[in-house]
Amino acid sequence: MNRQDTPLTRFWHEFRENKIAVVALSVVVVLMLLALFASLVSPQNPYDLANLSLMDSRRPPGFVGSGGYIHLLGTDPQGRDLLSAIFYGLRISIQIGLAAGFVSLSIGAALGILAAYKGGRIESLIMRLVDLQLSFPAILLALVIVALLGQGKVQLISALVAAQYAYFARTAYGAAKAEKGKDYIEAAVATPLGSRLVVLRHLVPNCTPPLIVVATVQIANSISLEATLSFLGLGLPVTEPSLGMLISNGFPYMMSGRYWISVYPGIALIILIVAINIVGDQVRDQFNPRLRK
Amino acid sequence: MTDFVSLENISKIFGPNLTTGDRIASKLGARVETRSIHAVSNVSLSIEKGETIGLVGESGCGKSTLGRLIAGILSPSSGRIILDGGPVIRNGAKVTTRVQTVFQDPFASLDPRMKVGETVAEGPITHGLTTKSDARAYAALWFERVGLDPVWLDRYPHQFSGGQRQRIAIARALAMQPDVLVCDEPVASLDVSIQAQIINLFLELTRDLDLTTIFISHDLSVVQHVSDRIAIMYLGQIVELGPVDEVYENPAHPYTAALFGSVPKLVLDDDELVHFDTIEGEVPSPLSPPSGCFYHPRCPLADENCATVRPEMTGISNSRSVMCHNYQQQLTKD
Amino acid sequence: MTETALSVKNLATHFFTRTGVIKAVDDVSFDLAKGEIMGLVGESGSGKTVTGFSLLGLVDEPGRIVNGSIKLKGKELTTLSNAELRHLRGREISMIFQDPIATLNPVLTIGQQMRLALAAHERITARAAADRSADLLTKVGIPSARARMNAYPHEFSGGMRQRVAIAIALLHRPSVIIADEPTTALDVSIQAQILQQMRGLAAETGTALIWISHDLAVVSSLATKLAVMYAGRIVEQGPTAALLRNPQHPYTAGLIGSLPAMTKAGSPLKQIPGTTPSLLSLPSGCPFAPRCQRATEICQRAPEMVTHGDRGWRCFDPVGQIDEVTS
Repeated sequence: MNRQDTPLTRFWHEFRENKIAVVALSVVVVLMLLALFASLVSPQNPYDLANLSLMDSRRPPGFVGSGGYIHLLGTDPQGRDLLSAIFYGLRISIQIGLAAGFVSLSIGAALGILAAYKGGRIESLIMRLVDLQLSFPAILLALVIVALLGQGKVQLISALVAAQYAYFARTAYGAAKAEKGKDYIEAAVATPLGSRLVVLRHLVPNCTPPLIVVATVQIANSISLEATLSFLGLGLPVTEPSLGMLISNGFPYMMSGRYWISVYPGIALIILIVAINIVGDQVRDQFNPRLRK
Repeated sequence: MTDFVSLENISKIFGPNLTTGDRIASKLGARVETRSIHAVSNVSLSIEKGETIGLVGESGCGKSTLGRLIAGILSPSSGRIILDGGPVIRNGAKVTTRVQTVFQDPFASLDPRMKVGETVAEGPITHGLTTKSDARAYAALWFERVGLDPVWLDRYPHQFSGGQRQRIAIARALAMQPDVLVCDEPVASLDVSIQAQIINLFLELTRDLDLTTIFISHDLSVVQHVSDRIAIMYLGQIVELGPVDEVYENPAHPYTAALFGSVPKLVLDDDELVHFDTIEGEVPSPLSPPSGCFYHPRCPLADENCATVRPEMTGISNSRSVMCHNYQQQLTKD
Repeated sequence: MTETALSVKNLATHFFTRTGVIKAVDDVSFDLAKGEIMGLVGESGSGKTVTGFSLLGLVDEPGRIVNGSIKLKGKELTTLSNAELRHLRGREISMIFQDPIATLNPVLTIGQQMRLALAAHERITARAAADRSADLLTKVGIPSARARMNAYPHEFSGGMRQRVAIAIALLHRPSVIIADEPTTALDVSIQAQILQQMRGLAAETGTALIWISHDLAVVSSLATKLAVMYAGRIVEQGPTAALLRNPQHPYTAGLIGSLPAMTKAGSPLKQIPGTTPSLLSLPSGCPFAPRCQRATEICQRAPEMVTHGDRGWRCFDPVGQIDEVTS
């Protein structure tokens, strides 16, 4: 016992062992940085309509546009530089994914832990609601809510949260129920310590591992769901194209040989989602054998 | 003899907790368990200040439940528990810090995500026994008391061995400065050589701090070693109570005799063929205890009276009592 | 001269992990005669369970047997392939675990499991299998065996489940059964019943038994000889009563001395100071030296097993009366 050995350092050391997961994590980090500094790395600001020229529309990769620079990945029907559009699109996807994930996590975990700790009627009520929610396909739910609330970032995030909080709730419920029966919770209650202290200081921290696993998967799902909604035209307005919308824009041109408009944003989306999922898998595997101990 | 801790007609019933769905299913003919478990049945006990009372019995006897009742973790279904004149539980919540618990599994009873120093200091800070700024020094004090180096206050439970974790658990309990300590199988999960260390620690601390202890264990030799009095439990009832030596020398209840007889002893003689005094059959399910005396189906001294009439706790002497119709027969057995 | 059922020589099983080599079993040797009951005693980390697993060839990666020979009725086990070992497991040598939940399949009835166990090694009709199973179940003390065969494991109590596990272990009349702490999780009265049963069964079937336990009293009531393990090695072995009466190794003496029965009630127990060493960083000499009050410079060399007749110990300065042993 000669060095500080927090649960976090232990986790990281084990994570490092899986090379693929480390690569995936690096990819995610790189994509996030690109998204964060999109305005710096993009040759063009795709939102600024003044920059666009219809003369540049649907040009193939390598074309030198009216702005005087090479469009590395070509342009879309509005004349936007695809590379820039992808960076900005990534930013939107990640922003929305993280926001929806975080809010779903908070709401879902709070509900699940409350249900598990309180028991009785509250437990039944909350969990039946959650079950109800889970029986609806996420897309259907999101569609309905966007249709009701209209388009926009907040509305989109709300739709995603409504579709996804149930997963967090159910996971948190299971974890909290399992932890609740353990000796250390009993010991805390026996001191006696008030419910608030027991839940916040003991129960919640020990329920986080499975929630983190669900969070990684759900963030990927949020991104995918947002792309789907945008593809269907129900996402953000046309002036702020997300990856889904870029794919949708390019769809009519797929058969006529102008593949780049859909394919490159598609590849970017796939890379993002797959990388997050790989990281999520590793996180899940790491938490599992420990639980079995 | 003042009763420092007094249990008056304590019962604890665990009901089937039927949901509406279960009730409907049961009406429709499904096999739904509707019986309750009488984990503790009408137990009365007075514990003197400073004494160590051992609670023994096999699985399902209710000793753990009784321990939790005394500790204020569970509230009794009926009866009351008085500690030094005041209640332990009021309205379903524990209202005193004067009784603390040491649990069986030292790994499970420490929050794996909290530093052990914080775990030890948490209760005292909440209840004003120390302040946030003095907490560390306070925890260090108790660490030293149980034989641990205060430098380890910032470590996590998984970095310690089983014996060390149990010391931490003891420190946590004692840091609340209790008068009463409930120890639920405190050495059962430890290696034999570590058990001796923890038992010695326990003896030293109970003496120095004048603790009143309820020591729950299935290991009769350990209980014999640390207790002043012993209470034998069977299916939720105390069937025999008395000073540990007297009960051991001359048990009054047939179950006590059989239990002591089942314990394997060290064979030191080449020719000695160990004879096992086995009890017939198994402990009945607590969902459907036998009629009359709970032990009668397995008892060699049982008669028709035992099958129909429930025995009462009878005093044999000043200090001994037994719940058996035929205890005199048992006492006069060889 | 009784037949030797099992002969183990210099067995060593090491685990090659990322953090280092764990020498779980290091140079273990013993012989087991037909029908003999031997107790393998030790605390956690002593290597007793890994020894049992090694005998059955059940050691998984990252561990493997690195040295030694295991001869079951003269046949060498360490050189056998997995298929050959599977042929022997259950038939010639079987195991009983501490938690019968591990042995019993929760979705099969007892009767089905026993029939499967029988069919794994021989051609047998369902009827003959049922007969043999019922017979064995009665022998291990399960009432109304034939009816109970249609029950599932969860319908039995802990003690009954363990008896079923014992019955399954005995199905093929193996030469050796390894019992790994089978009664540790059971109530003391059930333990007494099972111990009594095992004694009778071992005598009747001529099966040799290795009883692994941390409980000296349990083991001494059943076994005719004991082997005490510490840090992967057998530090003392010999006939039960003689060994317990007059232990030579300080660890054995310490274990016996620390039992509550050995000290007056209320007085401090004679404890062994310190804790078991981590198997990753064992001291180079005698592994018990850091905790031993009698340790001297000579203990910085690992002691070899000193034998006198049927007793042996690994210690340069034994605590017991040697004359009593050698006379």
